[in-house]
Amino acid sequence: MNGPHDLGGQMGFGPVAPEKDEPYFHADWEKRALGLTLSSGAFGAWTIDESRHARESLPPATYLAASYYEIWTRALEVLLERHGFATRAEIDTGHKQFPPAAPRRVLTADRVAATLARGGPCGRSVDTTPRFKPGDAVHTRNINPKTHTRLPRYARARTGVIEAVQGAYVFPDDNAHGKGESPQWVYTVVFAGPEIWGEDADPTLTVSIDAWESYLEPA
Amino acid sequence: MTHDHDDHDHDHDHDNRYTDMQARVKALETVLTEKGLIDPAAIDAIVEAYETRIGPRNGAHVVARAWTDPAFADWLKRDATAAIASLGYAGRQGEHMRAVFNTPDTHNLVVCTLCSCYPWSVLGLPPVWYKAPAYRSRAVIDPRGVLAEFGVTLPADKKIRVWDSTAELRYLVIPERPPGANGLSEADLAKLVSRDSMIGASIAGAPT
Repeated sequence: MNGPHDLGGQMGFGPVAPEKDEPYFHADWEKRALGLTLSSGAFGAWTIDESRHARESLPPATYLAASYYEIWTRALEVLLERHGFATRAEIDTGHKQFPPAAPRRVLTADRVAATLARGGPCGRSVDTTPRFKPGDAVHTRNINPKTHTRLPRYARARTGVIEAVQGAYVFPDDNAHGKGESPQWVYTVVFAGPEIWGEDADPTLTVSIDAWESYLEPA
Repeated sequence: MTHDHDDHDHDHDHDNRYTDMQARVKALETVLTEKGLIDPAAIDAIVEAYETRIGPRNGAHVVARAWTDPAFADWLKRDATAAIASLGYAGRQGEHMRAVFNTPDTHNLVVCTLCSCYPWSVLGLPPVWYKAPAYRSRAVIDPRGVLAEFGVTLPADKKIRVWDSTAELRYLVIPERPPGANGLSEADLAKLVSRDSMIGASIAGAPT
């Protein structure tokens, strides 16, 4: 979707303003928001792709005004409600009114280290051979789905070069919407700065994206 | 969006819900705990892991090893996930690692324009600026301007490669080894490697 999250090349947000000796957290609630998000992911009810889509589906003004842990929290509430773990009223009051849907697992403290160490690999084997090889010129498709995609707007309808075949991975455009993993080959595609930003681009700049095969066609 | 009265009230309430994030998140934790869905001690353990074990010292160890061990550097180039795992760093948001090496010709900078993808297993939690719109919007169009805000000025003819983390590959920049660092141990070299230098937003050995 062409949502507020798709920020590459937008202007007006001011300087980056790195914070010297930045703490890991700026408030206690951020710690709990991190832990709640990871713990709820362990339910196994939604994928990382669905959670990304929940975040980018927040209203644009909300998304752009919120800190990232607030974005995570708002999206988590959407997911909890969508999948039957808590109602809006329960979240608002902070008290249980209904039994929840059954989670596939509940993350307990003794399982945290192993869970973090395992992560969620999303490489998959596929029967197809890669359509492209390093050095091939490719054109990114001009797509504007209302649903989740990982092809940023600035990199659509551009010509680039395949630098690497990175393996086959779960396809988020399907997986975010419960349509299955539909794994595809993923490629690192490199674009010259002027191809994306025009003749005033930094001549020393190249930008790469990692693109699923269906985002690409031969140039 | 409709604009009838009920929806207006709903939006209004919705906004008020988030004016006190401490209370909001506390309510969320309370109800999920009452439902038996989460273990508050697990949250403590997650926070503790990222405050004490999973942070940029891991990545600095990887970089220092790459600087001192050419065979390890080669392994990092070929199979970063395995090479990094050999030092004990793996898992969440580091499942599919790629190491990109700065050279005298090319400076690498990593961004996630679409969200906040970041190599947690080696760098820990991303800093606020990495997740914020200013960096995510400008890194791909004006990397030199961004770097200047970190106090970094690259030679005008140095190539800049920006890696937008749009898939599940996670990028670790291997900065150039600072001049004059010969003879230092791996542990002392690691002290020269800042978090920002492993994103490409700084250079190793720069004052932090």
